[in-house]
Amino acid sequence: MSVLIYLIPIALLLGLIGLAAFIWSLKSGQYEDLDGAAQRILMEDDDRAPPP
Amino acid sequence: MGQHAVSNALRIRDEIEPGSNAAGYDALARHNEDGSHSLSVLVRGVHCAACIQKIEGTLKRLPEVRAARLNFSTGRLTVEWSGAADSADAYVRAVEALGYEVHPFDAKDEESAVKSEERFLLLCLGVAGFAAGNIMLLSVGVWASTAETMGMATRDFLHWVSALIALPTILFSGRVFFRSALRALSAGHTNMDVPISLALMLAGGMSLFEVLNHGEHVYFDSAVMLIFFLLIGRYLDFRARKNARNAASDLLGSLSGFALVVEGGKIRRMPVRDVKEGMMVRVAAGEKFSVDGVVAEGASMVDTSLVTGETVPREITPGADVYAGTLNLDAPVTLRVEKAAEDSLLAEIIRLMEQAGQGHARYVRLADRAARLYTPVVHLFALGAFLGWWLIGGLVWQDSLMIAITVLIITCPCALGLAVPVVQVLATGRLMKRGVIVKSGDALERLSGIDMALLDKTGTLTLGRPALDGSYEEAHLQLVASLAAHSTHPLSRAMVRSYNGGMLEIADIKEHPGKGLEGRYKGKTIRLGSRAWCGDKKAASSDKMELWLQIGKGKPIAFYFTDYLREDSARTIENLKQAGITPWMVSGDREEVVEKTAQNCGIDEFYAAQTPPQKFEILESLRAQGHTVLMVGDGLNDAPVLAGADVSMAPGSAIDLAQNAADIIFMGDQLAPVFETYNTARRTQMLVKQNFALAIAYNIIAIPMALAGLVTPLVAALAMSGSSLLVIANSFRLRWRG
Repeated sequence: MSVLIYLIPIALLLGLIGLAAFIWSLKSGQYEDLDGAAQRILMEDDDRAPPP
Repeated sequence: MGQHAVSNALRIRDEIEPGSNAAGYDALARHNEDGSHSLSVLVRGVHCAACIQKIEGTLKRLPEVRAARLNFSTGRLTVEWSGAADSADAYVRAVEALGYEVHPFDAKDEESAVKSEERFLLLCLGVAGFAAGNIMLLSVGVWASTAETMGMATRDFLHWVSALIALPTILFSGRVFFRSALRALSAGHTNMDVPISLALMLAGGMSLFEVLNHGEHVYFDSAVMLIFFLLIGRYLDFRARKNARNAASDLLGSLSGFALVVEGGKIRRMPVRDVKEGMMVRVAAGEKFSVDGVVAEGASMVDTSLVTGETVPREITPGADVYAGTLNLDAPVTLRVEKAAEDSLLAEIIRLMEQAGQGHARYVRLADRAARLYTPVVHLFALGAFLGWWLIGGLVWQDSLMIAITVLIITCPCALGLAVPVVQVLATGRLMKRGVIVKSGDALERLSGIDMALLDKTGTLTLGRPALDGSYEEAHLQLVASLAAHSTHPLSRAMVRSYNGGMLEIADIKEHPGKGLEGRYKGKTIRLGSRAWCGDKKAASSDKMELWLQIGKGKPIAFYFTDYLREDSARTIENLKQAGITPWMVSGDREEVVEKTAQNCGIDEFYAAQTPPQKFEILESLRAQGHTVLMVGDGLNDAPVLAGADVSMAPGSAIDLAQNAADIIFMGDQLAPVFETYNTARRTQMLVKQNFALAIAYNIIAIPMALAGLVTPLVAALAMSGSSLLVIANSFRLRWRG
């Protein structure tokens, strides 16, 4: 059973990483415009200006 | 696709008022701490990814712009730049030059409050999801073995890790329920959140006590699972309600445009809210009047359908009254302002709507009514169990308390909490496929209980757009359609719609404001317009809308238009009557027209020439008599009633304001969805009641077990998820039938 000493913290750590990623995405406003996000994946790279 | 429509709209606008009209936006720019500025505006006409990219890309290439972000869902564009506030107009012009409409709007504090509430809910949901997953991982191990096979030390270790995750989660994510429960208790009543909060706190506390004493009655998994499931329901419910809330900020938007004020021979743009009584305001053809006033100069036609519901454009000459929200069709006019924007009829409608919306909130949902019965019963059982086992059963108080808490945990309304939302989500999805959009979660519940229906005429029972009436010569139709294609007047558009053939080339087209169109074809002058200008003045007058065509000096030919009934209006009214619902018609249109429409679709009682406040009074008196009222309408004049009725529906062709005020929106040219939605609502409500019955049946079995002290954490987890699955399975029966 001593293996649990390693495995449970590892499992929790992985979960916490996921939670941290979720909180980051929430704080950076990624849930505010869900329809827009669905459209934006169709766009070309943002940084290059579209031809005039 | 969107691009074409946009460029067309732009062309039409440029003809009406050449050049851009972006000015005054610098007053709306917000000053940031670091010296930069930002501006939020509403952009209309955004349809696809290309639109987003075009707008954002164009703005970002401008030298001083730091950030430009367009929210596709709300149409709000935020620009941030490092220079002075004056640049605001240039940015608005840049977006307008791409062919989009830009409107100013006031960012409200309320809006950011809604946004932060959504974030808070999502954050709680994310934390609860993390905790539920990890605790289940540990709990499965505990359930699968006994203290003997696993060893006390290992089990305690797993329990301690669970406690470490669960207790902070209960404190953090449970706040959603604790707050709501506190609010309810301090207002002197209870809701579903009171037993939930109590169960969460007691389950957490008791489980901690058990862990400290190396016990086995640890309910961390049940508590966290409960939070997670209930929060999913909360979040979905919140999103549905958020749409309804957007109505308020859009209302303000319609009052916060600009007006052209004439002062000492000069024309100046100023925000509508600064326009005062007695000022002179100029309104171009094709623009909306933004204030109530009296015409001082110029003559034109006004489309008042949005405010009064009348289909025929009204002629205005100096001295005539004009209301805010109506549309100037033909020629520029100058108004003397009678009432400032905040006192106008439009503002009164908005105030009525706000007042009505508060009334709406009085409705108590079935789930909350159930909670009011449920809460005292459950708490009495728990108290009874504690006293019974302690005083009569002879247990020590700790063991009695544990049994009481188990009663609370196992009766925690997981199935009850799912009983309503699952059926509603399924019903809403089904209706969505048929082109009916249900905006608020409890709309179907309210719809299932109606006994009266108020229907608007224009745009609801009728299609809301004039169409050619009668038969005419093909050659004339072609000629008129070719000429009418150059005008945006509603009758011209109807003319173009009713002719499908090829167009003729017509030279020298001129639009005479207030009169009509003129052009040359095969050497002859052709005129299309009003009776007074090119019609036969002696012809018998008719109550229909008309347009006259004169070729050269020949005899004028009249074209008549009517606003046709939707093809299934009569059938839908009949269906409603058979279902025991009394339909009434309320319209702002003239008596004769309303009476005829009422006869045609079989409505016995109708009210004509009703102003928006009068319509609202009808609704109020019906409700005072104890009726439950459905309102179906599409115009600004219906908005207060839509907001105030027990439940309301609007066609997809309705103005934004009406769509926002309504609970349900139906698409297409048919009225039948009104009745279909009613049927679905009835069935939904039946399933909801069955679900409640199932949840109660579960409790009838579970409570005695808990009272007898037979419930273990495994039994609690199985019973809770089992009853929830049963309720969900029952809800899916909505799909199989009909």
